[in-house]
Amino acid sequence: MTATGKAKIRKLVTFVEETRSEMGRAIEPPTRRAAAVAVIENPCAGKFVEDLSELINIGEELGGLLTERAVAALGISGTSVESYGKAAAVGENGEIEHAAAILHPKLGAPVRKALGKGAALIPSSKKRGGLGVALDIPLGHKDAAFVRSHFDGMEVRINDAPRANEIMVAVAVTDSGRPLARVGGLKKEEIKGDDGLR
Amino acid sequence: MPEVRVRKFVTVVEEIFHEGGPAATVPPRRAAALAIIANPFAGSYVADIAGFMDDLKPLGLEMVKALVAALGGKSHAVEGYGKGAIVGAAGELEHGALWHVPGGYAMREILGGAKAIVASSKKVGGPGARLDIPITHINASYVRSHFDSMEVGLADAPRADELLLALVMTTGARVHARVGGLKASEIKGEDGLR
Repeated sequence: MTATGKAKIRKLVTFVEETRSEMGRAIEPPTRRAAAVAVIENPCAGKFVEDLSELINIGEELGGLLTERAVAALGISGTSVESYGKAAAVGENGEIEHAAAILHPKLGAPVRKALGKGAALIPSSKKRGGLGVALDIPLGHKDAAFVRSHFDGMEVRINDAPRANEIMVAVAVTDSGRPLARVGGLKKEEIKGDDGLR
Repeated sequence: MPEVRVRKFVTVVEEIFHEGGPAATVPPRRAAALAIIANPFAGSYVADIAGFMDDLKPLGLEMVKALVAALGGKSHAVEGYGKGAIVGAAGELEHGALWHVPGGYAMREILGGAKAIVASSKKVGGPGARLDIPITHINASYVRSHFDSMEVGLADAPRADELLLALVMTTGARVHARVGGLKASEIKGEDGLR
């Protein structure tokens, strides 16, 4: 297997959600979030593959592509993004480790490059599932993981993915925290930004 | 009639490169715009509801503009369309039917006199319900390559007293369309059918 991995993309799907009111209260400005999802062939499906470097490199490629798409869908600059998250769903002929290979070693660097910053860990989730599986992408503030108003999640699903030999890879970004956030904790105005936590 | 109160506005765009066959030269796109609004008639039987159709027209136009923008910004690139609604549990199916006129009006208004009937589906459902929205060619319903559909839904909608209104558009045929029938290039364009 080569280590030069280039994602074979079947589909790219972009979701944008804008919340304008909640419980009858207007949200001004509306909270907005976007997710970009790639449905790709899993080159390691159906067999045990020891060296997952092909998937690791695919993760790097998709980190840039999906972040660019999600930010463009919000129509803002990368530096205006407030929170982010990533997730992957592996089709039935793959391993959960395949999702880990895509998400963890190399996907984050191009995400942070596109956003100009990103000191905080990128929260993530992964699962194995069939077509139409619901993928919950966790969200956290990009510069300080403890900002409580920005703990959130975004569900995405695509009815025809992932097929058995495919992987769904998602990156989500927001321009805001939860609508009507009011459970205290660290505020975004209080971020020190030294350690990615506070 | 009551004002239109939007809780959430959602767009979804799919760009389809292939489905196991040769990669498309220009990947077809499908897009959906969803508006989650308060159902002003939820909770009881209201006899006179038809006036709400006019109130929904500006929302329809906003959704069509969002769709065209999501598909690249050119209304003439749109080749297929459809519409649908999911009514929350405290409403009735007839509330979903309110979407036929404003949804169709909005798409024709922006697409410049599309001739074919806008295919549609509707149902009553809870949060997370999924709806398969049928899609046909905008000028001739019988164009076989453009028969398609798009599944839409949202984890937190519709709540019992809400309506999920949807419009969908496509920029072309199914990615590997090859089962014959009337072709888009053969449309006469007189009756919206062929």
